[in-house]
Amino acid sequence: MPPIIQIQDLHKSFGDNAVLKGINLDIEEGTTLVVLGGSGSGKTVLMKHMIGLLKPDRGRVLVEGQDIVPLDGEELARVRKKFGMVFQAAALFDSMTVYENVAFPLREHAKLKESEIREKVKEKLAIVGLRNVESKYPADLSGGMRKRVGLARAIILDPKIVLYDEPTTGLDPITTDYVDEMILDAKRELGVTSVVISHDIASAFKVADRIAFLSQGHIVEQGPPEQLRRSEEPAVKAFLSTWFGKQ
Amino acid sequence: MATDAEKSPEAAPDEPNTFVEGVENVGRGVINSISSFGGMATLAWEILRWSVRPPYRLQNLFAQLDFVGVGSIFIVCLTGTFTGMVFAQQSSRAFELFGAESLVGPTVALTITRELAPVFTALMVTMRAGSAMCTELGTMRVTEQVDALETMAVSPVQYLLVPRVLAGLIMVPMLTMLFDTSGMVGGFFVSVTLKGMSAGTWLARTQTWLDPEDIFEGLIKAAVFGFAVSLISCYRGFNASGGAKGVGKATTEAMVGSALAIFILDYFVGVILH
Repeated sequence: MPPIIQIQDLHKSFGDNAVLKGINLDIEEGTTLVVLGGSGSGKTVLMKHMIGLLKPDRGRVLVEGQDIVPLDGEELARVRKKFGMVFQAAALFDSMTVYENVAFPLREHAKLKESEIREKVKEKLAIVGLRNVESKYPADLSGGMRKRVGLARAIILDPKIVLYDEPTTGLDPITTDYVDEMILDAKRELGVTSVVISHDIASAFKVADRIAFLSQGHIVEQGPPEQLRRSEEPAVKAFLSTWFGKQ
Repeated sequence: MATDAEKSPEAAPDEPNTFVEGVENVGRGVINSISSFGGMATLAWEILRWSVRPPYRLQNLFAQLDFVGVGSIFIVCLTGTFTGMVFAQQSSRAFELFGAESLVGPTVALTITRELAPVFTALMVTMRAGSAMCTELGTMRVTEQVDALETMAVSPVQYLLVPRVLAGLIMVPMLTMLFDTSGMVGGFFVSVTLKGMSAGTWLARTQTWLDPEDIFEGLIKAAVFGFAVSLISCYRGFNASGGAKGVGKATTEAMVGSALAIFILDYFVGVILH
């Protein structure tokens, strides 16, 4: 079976700053890929190309075999419905309650009765371990709860692919652990393909089936977590030693 | 002892050349202005395109009509009343000099309906609603809420901008009519109650001189201003970047740009209508 996402020779610059310099990456269906790298290495830029939020200067992004780079408007919207995205700071609509936030994609794209919407919202909030928060506003929630609401919103339409942008940044160790479990649960229970952008080594090794290491605009190493751990690539060794060196 | 570099003017490249810097700054400003104008024209086309495509988001539109229109009623009435009062006060003093006090009513009515009402109403809407539109959209942009909409296959232009720009286009003329009314009531009050003019003469003269075209001209101006103000505010907010500071900068640019646009368009729309 061909990979669900294929990135081929992707280049992207902002002015004189070349952020991505020829990325090649395949993501298999039903697996979790973590893109690991330091701050400012271009991880989020890479993720935004996967869902068509950014257009590359050169290269192709294939989603289920379809190149999304030339797509626009309705066609791109159709591809985006295959995705759910969890943003670094959750990006919940602050003028809406938790219920309205999670129900938002359903109201936009599914013709359901209000009772059905209520049922689905409840179900997804339960999956992410939240109860009795429907009437709260995002400002009333903790960082971890906001991320969980963000995930509930991302999976409400049962997408094939979920993108996580720095899901554990700024969270305490217990909440980080909970978010890691949440990513694993989403894969186990919903069978989604997950792409996680992170610089959190512990989380990456816990949730990943494969890890791609991004450095200076290139994927310098990719493979299962054990392969990364044994990597002789200097950038990977230096990065991982900050964590495993302490173990 | 002086070095060669100190002796030779060509050998001091680090010295700032204020003339060149000045020209560069002016050039940069012109390029930025042209780029912003192009960006706004493109956005206006996008808004037009999305406004005729389903789904029609009537709930969002009504929320914006309420915010821009209903929320501005008090401030527009207050401004209109005092503008009419001040204008009647000042013009009656001038007309008294040559015994033409009966012209105060028509002067107040014509000036308000054709010029002051659309301009002042648009300025009030800019300050109250335009600033809120810009900061709200700017905050949504920098906190990735706009990106979130896009990832959920919802057009941010259709969901966020179309209702706001339509609300500006529809509500500024309506508020202008309120300004017209309250301005004339204020002018009437000062002329008749405080200056002792005849109410009948005031009303009769105003009715004679004020044509429906005068009111219509003001309303056309108001619609143009409403569209421009909401478009500029949306454009600045939608393209904000750089956190809280960036949102603040975008709001300042939106306010200054909107105020300038109102005065510049006032002249050109006036010329076109005549």
